[in-house]
Amino acid sequence: MSQKFKSKLEVTTIYIILAIVSIIIFYPLLWTIGMSFNQGTSLYSSSLIPENFSLEHYRWLFSEGSDYLIWYKNSLIVSLATAIGSVVITSLVAYAFSRYKFVGRKNGLYVFLLLQMFPVMMAMVALYIFLNMIGLLDTLTGLILIYLGGQIPFNAWLVKGYFDTIPRELDQAARIDGAGHLRVFWSIMLPLAKPILAVVALFNFMMPLFDFLLPTIVLSSQENYTLAVGLYNFINDQFANNFTRFAAGSILVAMPIAAVYLYLQRYLISGLTSGGTKG
Amino acid sequence: MTIPNNSESMNNNPKKRKKHNPTIAMVLSILFAGLGQFYNRRYIKGFIFVLVEVSFLVTMLESLNFGLWGLRTLGTIPGTDHSIRLLVFGVLALIGLFFAITLYVFNVLDARKQAVKIKNGWKPLKFRDTIREFYDKSFPYLMTFPGLVLMIFVVIFPLLFSVLLAFTNYNLYNSPPRNLVDWVGFENFSNLINVGIWQETFLSVFAWTVVWTIVATTLQIAVGLFLALMVNDPRVKFKKIIRTILILPWAVPAFVTILIFSAMFNDDFGAINRDIIIPLFGGDGLPWLSDPFYARIAIIMIQTWLGFPFIFALFTGVLQSISKDWYEAADVDGGTRFQKFRHITLPHVMFATAPLLIMQYAQNFNNFNVIYLFNEGGPPVRGQNAGGTDILISWVYKLTFDTNNYSMAAVISIIMGLIVSAFAFYQFRKTRSFKEEGEI
Repeated sequence: MSQKFKSKLEVTTIYIILAIVSIIIFYPLLWTIGMSFNQGTSLYSSSLIPENFSLEHYRWLFSEGSDYLIWYKNSLIVSLATAIGSVVITSLVAYAFSRYKFVGRKNGLYVFLLLQMFPVMMAMVALYIFLNMIGLLDTLTGLILIYLGGQIPFNAWLVKGYFDTIPRELDQAARIDGAGHLRVFWSIMLPLAKPILAVVALFNFMMPLFDFLLPTIVLSSQENYTLAVGLYNFINDQFANNFTRFAAGSILVAMPIAAVYLYLQRYLISGLTSGGTKG
Repeated sequence: MTIPNNSESMNNNPKKRKKHNPTIAMVLSILFAGLGQFYNRRYIKGFIFVLVEVSFLVTMLESLNFGLWGLRTLGTIPGTDHSIRLLVFGVLALIGLFFAITLYVFNVLDARKQAVKIKNGWKPLKFRDTIREFYDKSFPYLMTFPGLVLMIFVVIFPLLFSVLLAFTNYNLYNSPPRNLVDWVGFENFSNLINVGIWQETFLSVFAWTVVWTIVATTLQIAVGLFLALMVNDPRVKFKKIIRTILILPWAVPAFVTILIFSAMFNDDFGAINRDIIIPLFGGDGLPWLSDPFYARIAIIMIQTWLGFPFIFALFTGVLQSISKDWYEAADVDGGTRFQKFRHITLPHVMFATAPLLIMQYAQNFNNFNVIYLFNEGGPPVRGQNAGGTDILISWVYKLTFDTNNYSMAAVISIIMGLIVSAFAFYQFRKTRSFKEEGEI
């Protein structure tokens, strides 16, 4: 067997494997898209290539009878607020942990990271009572505050790792020139840490979008639902009945998100490897 | 300003200076916050401390007392006292108390430190400089304060609450407002070990959790690495498009894809059985959702589908950063392809991504979404109160929200938390950098 033939054979094998993997990847995705164009709501009568092509589910989502647009808006509010809030809070915390000496600096972050490993399903009972106490139950604000608090340890650890890679000479030079604490933070740390802050913002934008556990407990009225809760309820009640509707509703959210992810994935990965390995 | 003047006059008088006693300052501050500061002639600081303590005593004392009482007794009158609400108040009171004590200790130490300084002939700074120094010293605390408050309410408070729940008898049959909940010590823990159904369920769920974590995570890492190596081969063309396709499952929200898979694997009318298994192999299709074995296979495959793209993207990034010189040197020495992989590629890849890979294991250990959304942990298994695919976390969810066995859920959570955090602790100690210290 000649060297050239062997090489060709190898490349062909690689392409065949990649083709099979692509089919496995695309199959469920295409199936969902096909589903959403099927007439009727039953899973049984629907097929990958719809016999009766119809836009009825999409039309229904935007009709008077559905709260889909309200959920969409709620989800965007929660995600935006969480993304912006998390960047502000985490970068402040990470700045302190990266550059200052204070009580709890050495272990504080790790203690919180470890504590967070404890699953707190039944703590939702406690959070429920607590939110009720301060009047934030069934509000988006309450939900946002919980997301904001929960994301700090991991993201602060990530951002701190990144801040640590920024040379200290830079902020020392700025301090000699008379820059204050906040000035150094604002004009040196933040601009240099943009990649990791983008990662934090994106993660925290995505995370609430498809979390359904916490919102089902915190939010009780239909008009406060986020997308995940609303969509889950389509199929949770009577599984087969609303699946096609769920498919249509999901596609309208998944498409923009997938586009953003694919566009930004390079930055995500580089941010994660640089922040996550040096912490 | 009066403060500097007074202190200056004191400092000019060595006799008076020697007499300044740190112990008196401490004792005074212990008696009432701020008194020691007055003794040190730091009037403004002293005044602030006094103000804080007075307002604390006026506003918080009663609710603190009530909270601690509730924590101790969990209520005394059935039907009126709501034990769980009392427990929540109690935990909040504990947190409040902790803050108060911290502040108090700080006040005492501050009084002592200041007094020692004065004794050693310390010259007080001008008012502006004092403010400036205070700002410098407290800056990191100011930065972390908002985050700390949020974390205390979102991380610490629920955790304390659930740990305490493990020592109560709070469940569906014994729940407020009708009944009072009581402290029962370690009874729940011993039930988990001694009562047949609990013991059996716990062991089988735990075993499956371990198998699930190891198999699913390792599989997704292996597939990700394999594909990354293949696509990275210089002979492969259209790299950009191929990479985009392979990352697609990561880009589509997992919440949506899991629910879709759940429908596709449906025993009766799911696409997997109807379009693949039956046409290819005949028969009635496989019992994906109703047989524990097949459900487990399905769920591992789904997690691999969901998880490999992230690993793939991660490895691709690292592979591109490995210098070509290494491989050229290996070629010169006549290294085989496997040797190059084993001694150059693998160490590079693993070194750069180890913490993130380990995090993948921890994530799968607690991967509630895929288990619950696929089949709600089912199918049911005879002789135990968890389903066939239930891992510990989804079992805890069921205990909490389906059967309302809160105290048992809390016990299992504590055990899980200890396992994962011990694992993570070991990891942190290995990877964290000690070299850089804050300089301010």
